[in-house]
Amino acid sequence: MSETTLTSAADAASPARPRLAGRGALIGGIVLLALFAVLPPAATAMGDPFLVVTATRIVIFAIAALSLDLVLGYGAMVSFGHAAFLGFGAYAVVILAAAGIDDLLLQSLAAIAGSALFALVTGAISLRTKGVYFIMITLAFGQMAYFFFVSLSAFGGDDGRTLQHRSTLFGAPLIENDVTFYYIALAVLAAAFVLLRTVVASRFGRVLRGTRDNRVRMQAIGFAPFGYQLTAYVIAGALCGLAGVLLANQTEFVSPAFMTWQRSGELIVMVVLGGMGTLTGAIAGAVGFLVLEEVLSGLTEHWHIVFGAIIVLLVLYTRGGIAGLFSRLFGGRA
Amino acid sequence: MSALLSIRDLRKSYGALKVTDGISLDVPAGELHAIIGPNGAGKTTFIHQLSGSLKSDSGAVHFDGADITRLSMVARVKRGLARSFQITSILDGFSVLENVATAVQARSGSSFRFLTPAASETALNAEAMEALARVNLADRAHRQAGTLSHGEKRQLEIAIALATGAKMLLLDEPLAGTGHEEGAILIDLMRQLKSTHTIMLIEHDMEAVFALADRVSVLVYGKLIATGDPAAVRADPAVRAAYLGEDA
Ligand SMILES: Nc1ncnc2c1ncn2[C@@H]1O[C@H](COP(=O)(O)OP(=O)(O)O)[C@@H](O)[C@H]1O
Ligand SMILES: [Mg+2]
Repeated sequence: MSETTLTSAADAASPARPRLAGRGALIGGIVLLALFAVLPPAATAMGDPFLVVTATRIVIFAIAALSLDLVLGYGAMVSFGHAAFLGFGAYAVVILAAAGIDDLLLQSLAAIAGSALFALVTGAISLRTKGVYFIMITLAFGQMAYFFFVSLSAFGGDDGRTLQHRSTLFGAPLIENDVTFYYIALAVLAAAFVLLRTVVASRFGRVLRGTRDNRVRMQAIGFAPFGYQLTAYVIAGALCGLAGVLLANQTEFVSPAFMTWQRSGELIVMVVLGGMGTLTGAIAGAVGFLVLEEVLSGLTEHWHIVFGAIIVLLVLYTRGGIAGLFSRLFGGRA
Repeated sequence: MSALLSIRDLRKSYGALKVTDGISLDVPAGELHAIIGPNGAGKTTFIHQLSGSLKSDSGAVHFDGADITRLSMVARVKRGLARSFQITSILDGFSVLENVATAVQARSGSSFRFLTPAASETALNAEAMEALARVNLADRAHRQAGTLSHGEKRQLEIAIALATGAKMLLLDEPLAGTGHEEGAILIDLMRQLKSTHTIMLIEHDMEAVFALADRVSVLVYGKLIATGDPAAVRADPAVRAAYLGEDA
């Protein structure tokens, strides 16, 4: 396994090239999704039904992290404003609900369209820059979105707003039930995983991966990277907007805090922790991050210090993140 | 005048350093034109300017009847002018086949296709295998490119340029860093490419240059000090003094 790429902290700003999501990553992903699928009955058996609520949150962040992995791990774009899309999705729910549109599918469509448009405009501008400037400018756009919603007093401004009820599906309050809602979120995660795996293996994905590994080489054979990277940015933004719709329904509350730059940073940590450019890693990273947060915050009020130390150790000592472990367990390349 | 590549008074400076100092040259179709010159003469910079990866300060480049002076590298490749790199530039994490298939993909239909796996496109792979066969790498097709030997990577570099469908190849020291045997394979390869491609070859190895080239130009401090058939250039007193390191 000497060909496994090391992911060191120093590489964070210029994502090195992890393996194309291979057999190990695929099996790891399926195992994770299967574990998610059996969680509700297991939680009931353990007499801890609240676990489903926590797991819903993890599944939703896994979707957001997956979308960021397309940008960060495959597109080599270190976007520091990704949480903005979570916010767009969440506000699509409250804004449409205020207009009397409670339907989950319509709200999702609006979230996807709004997020994709924001990604198209900000991506087209951001992609004129590279490296640390790209990080800065995506951060700036994320902050602009944040302050826009802070100033939106009709929807609670800084304080946000509580949802009257969850969105409806086919005119019925189907997702008021926590388990049903959990399985809907899980279905979205599974579909996103399959879709993105397909996309990264396609012609488009090949150009994206090639550009990440060696931009000049790709130009020298006739590919102009801009359009491909922008398209990936838009797909990722749209998917993360969808995660925002689910997040608003999970918390039954929406506020600008959904889209702070700290939240964008957490999404990056999830992807790097899990292993960039593997998709499975993004899911594993979301699980690892949120479970660790949950467990540690229950143990001590100084948990942030321990949390930070554990993340440093994990990034330093797991080659290729958690997905790297899967590859070593289940075999390497595709 | 029917040169395939025509260069007029091309210039590039870094501050006070004139790296390309008024180069004019015509390369007719079918020629293998070698550029020799000492380290730091400006050979790689010249290739960068011709391929479009570096903007020229002034001058003009025409290729295949069109003014390409202001075109990007991507646009020049699409017109049939491809390059290789002095420092090997391949996709280490891709398979050898995928490196070449990606170059084929660049000129076969849209790459905004999202749902079918690129690796199983047989048309792309078949053309890529042809290019690999030409450089004698067919048996390495499914290896990861980063694991090839140095000489094999140099062969892959050429296969990728071929796979772009180029009319003309700009090869920047294809023998760089190779041993004697690896070099011999590459020289043999270029001898075969001569029959199908116009080639501009930057090379240090004099034996290789004089064996392969139809014409040779000598570049010293950004200026071409001689252009002609190999025997004439070898005999040129200015060349002997400036480059071949002999007393005039
Ligand atoms: N980006 C640059 N900035 C400043 N000087 C450069 C740059 N690139 C090349 N040079 C200088 O230009 C000269 C020619 O370099 P190069 O074209 O690489 O020569 P060659 O390929 O013939 O060895 C050298 O003196 C080199 O130091
Ligand atoms: Mg050079």
